[in-house]
Amino acid sequence: MSDIADRVKKIVVEHLSVDEDKVTESASFIDDLGADSLDTVELVMAFEEEFGIEIPDDAAETIQTFGDAVKFITEAA
Amino acid sequence: MRRVVITGLGMVSPLACGVEETWSRLLAGESGAGPITRFDPARVTTKYACEVPQGDGSDGTFSPDDWMEPKERRKVDDFILFAMAAADQAVRDAGWTPEDEEGRLRTGVMIGSGIGGLSSIADTAILMNEKGPRRVSPFFIPGSLINLASGQVSIRHGFKGPNHSVVTACATGAHAIGDAARLIALDDADVMVAGGAESSICEIGIAGFNACKALSTKRGDDPKSASRPWDSERDGFVMGEGAGVVVLEEYEHAKARGAKIYAEVLGYGMSGDAYHITAPSEDGDGGYRAMQVALKRAGIQASDLDYINAHGTSTMADTIELGAVERLLGNAAGKVTMSSTKSSIGHLLGAAGAVEAIFCILAIRDQVAPPTINLDTPPEGAVIDLAPNAKREREINYVMSNSFGFGGTNASLVMGKVDA
Repeated sequence: MSDIADRVKKIVVEHLSVDEDKVTESASFIDDLGADSLDTVELVMAFEEEFGIEIPDDAAETIQTFGDAVKFITEAA
Repeated sequence: MRRVVITGLGMVSPLACGVEETWSRLLAGESGAGPITRFDPARVTTKYACEVPQGDGSDGTFSPDDWMEPKERRKVDDFILFAMAAADQAVRDAGWTPEDEEGRLRTGVMIGSGIGGLSSIADTAILMNEKGPRRVSPFFIPGSLINLASGQVSIRHGFKGPNHSVVTACATGAHAIGDAARLIALDDADVMVAGGAESSICEIGIAGFNACKALSTKRGDDPKSASRPWDSERDGFVMGEGAGVVVLEEYEHAKARGAKIYAEVLGYGMSGDAYHITAPSEDGDGGYRAMQVALKRAGIQASDLDYINAHGTSTMADTIELGAVERLLGNAAGKVTMSSTKSSIGHLLGAAGAVEAIFCILAIRDQVAPPTINLDTPPEGAVIDLAPNAKREREINYVMSNSFGFGGTNASLVMGKVDA
């Protein structure tokens, strides 16, 4: 797994208090990992902070799964 | 009007997490004061406070993990965490877990706070200044709003009745219990989870009260002696933190389910000083009128009172309250015991009235009045027994708890033994 994926996973595990093995490529933050809409806002902020990038609101809405997040950040970073 | 009784108690205090642990330490004359550890107090004048003892949950320490999961805890200010802990204890003590929808609909929550998420607001303002508005957490607002204590408690327990919150500075806890009792008396609910919570021991909180000249500043070498209500050497209050929550219940409802009944809420009086933003009037008129109304509502005479838990903050206002109480009691002043438990736990601001109402309830249960510690030189000519440095084992049937707040807001609660 890439360095970016590791760092994203660490943030997701910390913020949502979920087991690491639940954070799979297709795991949806809301449907599978117990997040609500405010949690996803906070997750996106944490990604921005960690990777020093800005994720615009319309882009943030497309980040629904762990895989989405890794893909977006890999392209943006 | 329907009768309202108290069937559950919960508390997080600077002496301990838990009602019984706090009570035994209070009766033993312990102090919860010490050097500030919650933040670096280097820049503020007062470097001591009454902090909730943090630990693993043993020996009366407060373990945050016991009350909220880390994931949820991150999203709330500590006053909400304290409220959740005290409410859990109170609900468990009352044994009230409504099984049906009707029970949930008839159970409400009214937990207030004086200031709410002060440290969260301060921290977030600093963060925004440093990193810009995009770094402000989505949980900042719902984690700081005062009524979110009531909201969080209702969500956890499924209580769907009236959800309300009181904000009357240092009278908050007393107003919350009084107002919640009225909701039951008026048939808006059968059960109310009510009280107050506070966590203002942060740099801006201490700086703010220092600026008001309200805090003790001279006892850095011996913080445990700093809170000394009525004593000639008092020099301001000592900031406390924590929460007090009670379960109030309609009398027949409590009896029908065989609940343990601690006491009855008999009277509740309110008044406004219309005088000054931080100081009471010299004659204590506002407090006097609140006490008078509470007695009238209770249908008892001042001479029926056995124990009074004073507002007594360890400020110049202590003797003003003393004068008003002695005026109220008249010839009966000599038979009443009045103490200030703030001498042990400091001033819990919005939680004070609720925590102190619980002490009054326990005074009835155990027939003992807690002491006023550090009271070495009582005011000359005081007739009433201020329980200096020693608890008083005595007959206690009727109690009064006084709470007065900035803005000139006053609340008095009268509670009594239930002879069922």
